[in-house]
Amino acid sequence: MSSLLSVKGMNINFDTSRGLLEAVRNVDLEIPAGMSVGVVGESGSGKTVMCRAAMGLLQGSNVKRSGKVVFDGRELTAMSKSEVREQFGSGMAMIFQDPMTALNPVRRIGSQVSEGLRVRLGMSKKDALARSKELLELVRIPNAAAVLKLFPFQLSGGMRQRVMIAIAISCSPKLLFADEPTTALDVTVQAQILQLLRELREDLKMSMVLVTHDLGVVAGNTDYVAVMYAGEVVEFAETKKLFADMRMPYTEALLESIPTIDQKSGARLAVIAGRLPDPTDRGAGCSFAPRCKYAQDKCRNEHPELKQDPDGHLYRCWFPIGEAK
Amino acid sequence: MAGSGTAHMRNTVDAVLTVRDLTVEFRTGRDKVVRAVSGLSFDVIKGETLAIVGESGCGKTTLARAVLQLPPPNSGEVVFDGTDLTTLPKENLRSARTSMQMIFQDPISSLDPRMTVQQLIDEPLEIWGRGDRAERAERINNLLNNVGLDPELVLNRRSYEFSGGQCQRISIARALALDPRMLICDEPVSALDVSIQAQILNLLQDMKDRFGLTMIFISHDLAVVKAVSNRVIVMYLGKICEVAPPETLYAKPAHHYTKALLDSVPVADPTRQRKATLLQGEPPSPMNPPTGCRFRTRCNAASAMCAEQEPQLREVAPGQFVACHHPIS
Repeated sequence: MSSLLSVKGMNINFDTSRGLLEAVRNVDLEIPAGMSVGVVGESGSGKTVMCRAAMGLLQGSNVKRSGKVVFDGRELTAMSKSEVREQFGSGMAMIFQDPMTALNPVRRIGSQVSEGLRVRLGMSKKDALARSKELLELVRIPNAAAVLKLFPFQLSGGMRQRVMIAIAISCSPKLLFADEPTTALDVTVQAQILQLLRELREDLKMSMVLVTHDLGVVAGNTDYVAVMYAGEVVEFAETKKLFADMRMPYTEALLESIPTIDQKSGARLAVIAGRLPDPTDRGAGCSFAPRCKYAQDKCRNEHPELKQDPDGHLYRCWFPIGEAK
Repeated sequence: MAGSGTAHMRNTVDAVLTVRDLTVEFRTGRDKVVRAVSGLSFDVIKGETLAIVGESGCGKTTLARAVLQLPPPNSGEVVFDGTDLTTLPKENLRSARTSMQMIFQDPISSLDPRMTVQQLIDEPLEIWGRGDRAERAERINNLLNNVGLDPELVLNRRSYEFSGGQCQRISIARALALDPRMLICDEPVSALDVSIQAQILNLLQDMKDRFGLTMIFISHDLAVVKAVSNRVIVMYLGKICEVAPPETLYAKPAHHYTKALLDSVPVADPTRQRKATLLQGEPPSPMNPPTGCRFRTRCNAASAMCAEQEPQLREVAPGQFVACHHPIS
């Protein structure tokens, strides 16, 4: 299986007034062509930083990065800013969490959707607008011709996210980064947007990285899942295998904490006590040990390396679930 | 769906809050009126948690604010503890509000960033003269301990130094400061991570048990509501679709809109993905709502009758009321 995007040994550190903040630690990730990979974790687990770095962004002077990112056979980490920019649009594209602020408030929808078409594909203004209308129809925006002339504030959150998706797919990217695309939306609209992304991915043969904090969203929309905690990938497997046979206690705790419509009403919800460790002070042992109900002395003192099951299931735990203690 | 009616009213003396025929309208320019809440009635019994569920724009937040007279409704009654708040003089209303407190969706922006935690919680106590300085300080410590924060560590810090979950804990402590009888929570966990949501939901449940609170809990997510509520109202475009206890509502939704909401909740199991048809489109504008049943434009079961006659709430199972001409049986 060939990889469209391959991340090897990625470390991203930020220089801050509190010291070196280790946002992403030694991450390896492969995105196979045509597949959808979920990246799951709590706020502050490094999932967004990891994605931005994987797109070749984050080149500021206070960013210390190492590792190698190869996209479609070319090494992004060896490119200049302008060379990386060439990849955006037709190589990779991104949609963001907050559809309210990701669009430019003072430009009409038509001008924002057609921008990529004109710059990247060299279309004339007229052709680009005609194509923009088709794109809006593709993302199921009713009355597309009229919407082209509107400003973002005239649309609902769900419609704005559809416009964002139209912009992202306008130049037929090979890889789409979707960073919490439905977190700011209602459940009903979330279901619509996820279905739309599924269908577009199939029609356009596009790969996708879906970043979310909700394992429920990952379950029906991805082929593989990477679970991140404190900047590290702590579990990676095929989605079906992950849910059938969780090895990492953190993943289990995350799943148990989701409120579901199946639980008894009035029942107490399972929680993950405590919170993420300080990113400027990573400590010696397993990062999850202070919150883990299975933690033992070894977990607090020695940092676990990624282990691999024969079926390719990766996890970072001394005492994985389902193994004799 | 989304119809009128009062069949679900329990008319008991135990009701802490009774809302009758509440209407809230906003004028938006010449001859344009948004009917955010249209003739809605409900009651909340002592010690109960009433959940109000619906999509963005269905009027659930407006409803909650109208209960607190923020702003007062255009018509209708809000009877809290035997007094009709809509006719109460301003000064009496101010003191009545101390016993009904609100918790907001965005915990970080609902706390003043210039005030320390100590000042935030002290403010209501000082305004209402609850005890001298030492008594208030002790009260603040107790409140913070109750919501799971260490007073020593948090008292002199400001809201921006805390995470969303911690800010929501501070908001809860502040809301409880004046010993309210009723807590209105407007999407209290929507802005939080799943792992933190559970902590806050459990905390609200604990506080309710410890202080004998009555709660109104607003959310767009039926899964969140299940754990905390005793009764659920499903709202659509300013009207009620269905009222039922959670066990009934989740097992046997009678309203097509309730079913659509349930079908949209993601299932955290790749082998059990639903194949149900999704709700298409978005709610129509409340400036110009559909005739008859307001949900009919998105409903698969809609017939000619739905456009002509507005369905009334009626009981289809014990405790389950639905406003639909063709309920799911």
